[in-house]
Amino acid sequence: MPGDSRARTGRAAGPGRGGSRFGRLLQDGTPGGPVFRLVVRWVRRPLLPAVRLWRRNLQVRVVAGTLLMSLGVVLLLGLVVIGQVRNGLLDAKEKAAQSQAAGGFSAAQDRAATTPSVPGEQDRGRTGASVNWRSTLVEQLASGGQSAYNVVALSLETGNTASRGARASGEVDPTTSIPADLRHNVAQGTNTYQKFARIQYTNGKPSEAGLVIGKRLNDADGTPYELYYLFPLTQEEDSLALVKTTLATAGLFLLVLLGAITWLMVRQVLTPVRMAAGIAERLSVGKLQERMKVTGEDDIARLGEAFNKMAQNLQLKIQQLEELSRMQRRFVSDVSHELRTPLTTVRMAADVIHDARADFDPVTARSAELLGDQLDRFESLLSDLLEISRFDAGAAALEAAPIDLREVVQRVISGAEPLAERKGSRVVVVGDEQPVVAEADARRVERVLRNLVVNAVEHGEGRDVIVKLAAAGGAVAVAVRDYGVGLKPGEATRVFNRFWRADPARARTTGGTGLGLSIAVEDARLHGGWLQAWGEAGGGSQFRLTLPRTADEPLRGSPIPLEPEDSRRNREQAAAGPAGGPGRGTAAGTGSAAGGGTGAGARLSAVPAQPPAGGRQALPVPPRMPSVPRATADPTALPGSGARVVARPSDQAGSTGAAGDGDGGEAMASTRAEREDGTGGR
Amino acid sequence: MKGRVLVVDDDTALAEMLGIVLRGEGFEPSFVSDGDKALAAFREAKPDLVLLDLMLPGRDGIEVCRLIRAESGVPIVMLTAKSDTVDVVVGLESGADDYIVKPFKPKELVARIRARLRRSEEPAPEQLAIGDLVIDVAGHSVKRDGQSIALTPLEFDLLVALARKPWQVFTREVLLEQVWGYRHAADTRLVNVHVQRLRSKVEKDPERPEIVVTVRGVGYKAGPS
Repeated sequence: MPGDSRARTGRAAGPGRGGSRFGRLLQDGTPGGPVFRLVVRWVRRPLLPAVRLWRRNLQVRVVAGTLLMSLGVVLLLGLVVIGQVRNGLLDAKEKAAQSQAAGGFSAAQDRAATTPSVPGEQDRGRTGASVNWRSTLVEQLASGGQSAYNVVALSLETGNTASRGARASGEVDPTTSIPADLRHNVAQGTNTYQKFARIQYTNGKPSEAGLVIGKRLNDADGTPYELYYLFPLTQEEDSLALVKTTLATAGLFLLVLLGAITWLMVRQVLTPVRMAAGIAERLSVGKLQERMKVTGEDDIARLGEAFNKMAQNLQLKIQQLEELSRMQRRFVSDVSHELRTPLTTVRMAADVIHDARADFDPVTARSAELLGDQLDRFESLLSDLLEISRFDAGAAALEAAPIDLREVVQRVISGAEPLAERKGSRVVVVGDEQPVVAEADARRVERVLRNLVVNAVEHGEGRDVIVKLAAAGGAVAVAVRDYGVGLKPGEATRVFNRFWRADPARARTTGGTGLGLSIAVEDARLHGGWLQAWGEAGGGSQFRLTLPRTADEPLRGSPIPLEPEDSRRNREQAAAGPAGGPGRGTAAGTGSAAGGGTGAGARLSAVPAQPPAGGRQALPVPPRMPSVPRATADPTALPGSGARVVARPSDQAGSTGAAGDGDGGEAMASTRAEREDGTGGR
Repeated sequence: MKGRVLVVDDDTALAEMLGIVLRGEGFEPSFVSDGDKALAAFREAKPDLVLLDLMLPGRDGIEVCRLIRAESGVPIVMLTAKSDTVDVVVGLESGADDYIVKPFKPKELVARIRARLRRSEEPAPEQLAIGDLVIDVAGHSVKRDGQSIALTPLEFDLLVALARKPWQVFTREVLLEQVWGYRHAADTRLVNVHVQRLRSKVEKDPERPEIVVTVRGVGYKAGPS
């Protein structure tokens, strides 16, 4: 029951919470509030482990709850029992006392009646005689009780004679022991009155509880006086104390025993539950053969059986899936072999024919060439397909080792050199002053980068390709920027789709398979890295590979912004920054950028870039950018292949492009606003 | 130059095509298509090199490789369709010197074969020492305390490459180039497997090598002599 447990939790945290509530109350009214709160916090801190134990341990909670409740029951029971016993004891005592007192009163009455009144003496020593008479009366009455009670005789409260006639037996202080209201009652009425009071002694004996019974009587002279019987309740108090101690001891024992019993019983129930929890944990780790031990036929046994059945079904399903996956991998492997052997023969035959094509007539010679070329394509398609299916089957394994990405980039660039020469473009590396080291699979990273660079050269329309390296935080990144046809809106995510082509009509010079970027994304994902694309129509594109520095470290950002600093929008913003303020710059952004727009615009400060050193005029952007490797990670970079494209009406694009050309240079934002939105997330 | 090549392959078309290419390059190919008959054919043909398909009917390629290696150090080049599986490592561990992944180009194959046969050319008389081993390069023998240790030609080449420059640490890539004849980066597992095989023959305690020492993160070097 969650509510119940929460209530108990609340109780456990009681001192702390109560304290803080108290603190709040105090704070409302008094200036000492904050100090008090500090004290509360200081007090609460050592309690935290106990609170945690309470929250996490069901056994502790149940036992504590049982203890608390049985404590309540024991207390209630004790109170009732003690009350009963006391009432019983007092009732008996009261009855005995009343009859005793009644006897005494009548004896005193008799004595007063039998003692002859001496009229002659009346004037002379009336007061003294009656006092003497009372003394003897008190002594006589008290002597019959053998100190089970004391007797006090008092004159009626009339003026200053009150204390004069006071006579008491057994060192009882007559005036203080009799309660005033009792005296009042006695003086007014003729009945017997009684009251519990504390009996005080004159000889220093500690006062004790007692029952006082009093009546107004007349002495021998007919003078009314008050006669009191005082019964000490010491014995009854002793008996009551004994009962209390006995009850307390019994209650304590009961509590301890109840606690122990609850502990044992709860453990009996909890042990299987804990076992189930432990086994469930082990199951989830992958130890599928774990089962619970089931004994008996009770609820716990049913839990165990159900649990085991669940585990068995789970294991079965997982085994089936594993079997499927194994079959898939096996199939891929078999297809690989079965296709490759005949392909090898065809390949060799084609090469032999190709080598001999000089002897053929032109048509056959050209056919031999086509055969050879298409075989190359077929081969790469086959190997790409197999690579993809290896990823799909989860059979791809990462062989990570610390590598310097600069070396990989150098290898890739020297490999792409012939193609770049043919295309008339250069591949420029930026940011390779310092080592860019990451734990990665060199073969896979090289494959990814080769793909990106070859793509960039191929679609770069003869313009330069910039490969930018950077490392910051826990990440390294390589961005490949081209200034070719770029990507249309929405294409930045689709480029990673299998067999996707930007323009089906466009001729390809290097027969790509259409799987290169899909494999690259999988390679990046295998590293726990990202591969993302950015592009604008006519303004080129940038592909960014971000890898964690160490394999087990999750990526939080990328050292290179996905949208390059020389993107059309950034240049626009940089140009607008000093002149028109932030308003115009953010207006060019897409809707998603509007949130951070004002802040970004405000942060934007533009610096004019160096004019290009007599570079190529055709470029909208100078080939060598004075770009500085960014020292901070890109906090808004997105995981996966997410990317976005700047959407903008074409007329605006044209005008800004023209403006850029007209300047012959560009303004760059030194503080770049982040504009990546969430649309690219997978 | 000697050039007898035994082709062990069950795919007749591929075997025939291999024959055409090999003959075109001046080799003398002979063929066997069954793993069970491979050893007999090997003894009969006494080839200078064996081209061995890993998947064979009867005895599989791994087993054939082990049998041939047990009685000869002749270079063995595996043909495999699976470059990334354990098959390659198992094949190398069972004694193959090199492997080539289908589909391959004829030139690639010929380059591999020539690289394996290249060492047959007469070396200059040379005496090398590595650890407590004495290597007679021309005599193609390795001796410890006068006791000769049998190595395959590849293992011998590997040892000689290390022993010639005992001051140098060889990266796996450099060894691939010097010993296997690869021009560009190739599978470094080749080096790892063969260093293990070499160690198992020349080291006193292969667990704690003294002849071929691993330099962590770089590669291998010859132990102090």
